[in-house]
Amino acid sequence: MKEILSNITKDYLHRLLKEGKRIDGRDMLEYRDIKIEPDWASSAEGSARVKLGETDVIVGIKMDVGEPFPDTPNQGVLTTSAELIPMASPEYESGPPGEDATELARVVDRGIRESGAVDTTKLCIEEGEKVWVIFIDIHVLDFDGNLFDAAGIGAMTALLDGTVPASDFEEAEKEEDFPLPIEHVVVPTTFTKIKDQIILDSVLEEEKIADARLTVTFNEEDEIVAMQKGLRGVFEYEDTLECIQKSKEIGAEMRERILDKVDRENI
Amino acid sequence: MGSNKDIELLKDGERLDGRSYDELRDINIEAGVLKRADGSAYLEWGKNKIMAAVYGPREMHPRHAQETTKAVVRARYNMAAFSVPDRKRPGPDRRSIEISKLVSEALEKVVFTERYPRSVIDVFIEVLQASAGTRCGGLTAASVALADAGIPMSDLVASCASGKIEGQVVLDLGKNEDNYGQADVPVGYIPRTDEICLLQMDGNLTVEEYEEAMELSIDACKDIYEIQREALRQRYSTELDEDEIEKIKKGVK
Repeated sequence: MKEILSNITKDYLHRLLKEGKRIDGRDMLEYRDIKIEPDWASSAEGSARVKLGETDVIVGIKMDVGEPFPDTPNQGVLTTSAELIPMASPEYESGPPGEDATELARVVDRGIRESGAVDTTKLCIEEGEKVWVIFIDIHVLDFDGNLFDAAGIGAMTALLDGTVPASDFEEAEKEEDFPLPIEHVVVPTTFTKIKDQIILDSVLEEEKIADARLTVTFNEEDEIVAMQKGLRGVFEYEDTLECIQKSKEIGAEMRERILDKVDRENI
Repeated sequence: MGSNKDIELLKDGERLDGRSYDELRDINIEAGVLKRADGSAYLEWGKNKIMAAVYGPREMHPRHAQETTKAVVRARYNMAAFSVPDRKRPGPDRRSIEISKLVSEALEKVVFTERYPRSVIDVFIEVLQASAGTRCGGLTAASVALADAGIPMSDLVASCASGKIEGQVVLDLGKNEDNYGQADVPVGYIPRTDEICLLQMDGNLTVEEYEEAMELSIDACKDIYEIQREALRQRYSTELDEDEIEKIKKGVK
């Protein structure tokens, strides 16, 4: 089922943005209040609950011993899934992941995978035979816009919170648990273009009238590690440069906030 | 991006297939190749072989997916089981679902969808042989197929990727460059309005490298655009023999 935003609300939002204002009074490039809570689910090997304004997401990590891919025999395996459960929005339906959930999972996955955020070579138990498989599951509880950042920040935090449960697995051939080997802390920032205005961290109403969306993920070395443009609108090349610059700055602040919350050294 | 650093992608500054850093692979496009489809295009891009077909505008099913004020552009990107070295299990996977979504969104921008409320324009992209850059090839072929179907459009979308191999920013990654390179940035570009309708990136790039990559891609898209237009011209220009030309000349007088 698709929710419809009334024309009067649409016009109001457009008028506000034209005046340089937003529905909740934020600046164009300002995040909502964010609450990052690592180690939220003790049943998981790593987890985090992220509340970005009213958007509420839990990311949990489970691990298992499995076979490596034939082309990377000495590396652990990473998979990311997202579920947009009917609890989170009247628009979501139960059933297998649709295209929105798939895109969300893949964008989060790409940021983590392509950046080498997790050193998967340290997750090899026996080359070509046994490796650790990491499942990152994104569970959306309440949807009020900008799932990409909430989920991306949640996934990164959950990884930082992660412990490899070696002692629980005989196949692991190791007595002691050890922290997930994290090499980089990657942070996504998602911009929304509405007519000519570019805003950060859109709320649901803003997303409903959005023309285009751009997610830029940076690592701590000021390198772009992933990007994704979405929705039916377009960006000019200069727009993308502006978003990238901002993402670098804002992402760095967010990285500090994440690291503040997790108890980890050597990153 | 692969992590295997043992594979050499540049030898003395040259790419394995002998291309320069800003050179596209050979691209050929033929419009109107299928009988039943309303529009179609066949594209060869290096070793990629991609077919695109368009059906519609036609009635949207399921009906709840109808838009009351405009048509929906619904692209389906699909890889043939035999298109890759290890057989691909038929049917949609997560990668193809994502690409289908992005291609649909990229194409919708150039189609005058408001002319066909409640209808759907189906775009089918079949990758028959894959060798890096299939989403760009698919998008490029699909916009030719849309034009071939006579769908009113504001422009064609041209698409191409750039990336980074061994620290060097290069255009249009080949198979090995894609597998073992350091970054890949596919771009969909609308030449007439100078707008970007598809943009993805994975790997590692500095901001400066991103700028270099985009410059290469946008320039290349302009070349690809000419190839697309030429394909349509080939399809729709009529060859006249000399008698016919004479007749027309007389008629003009």
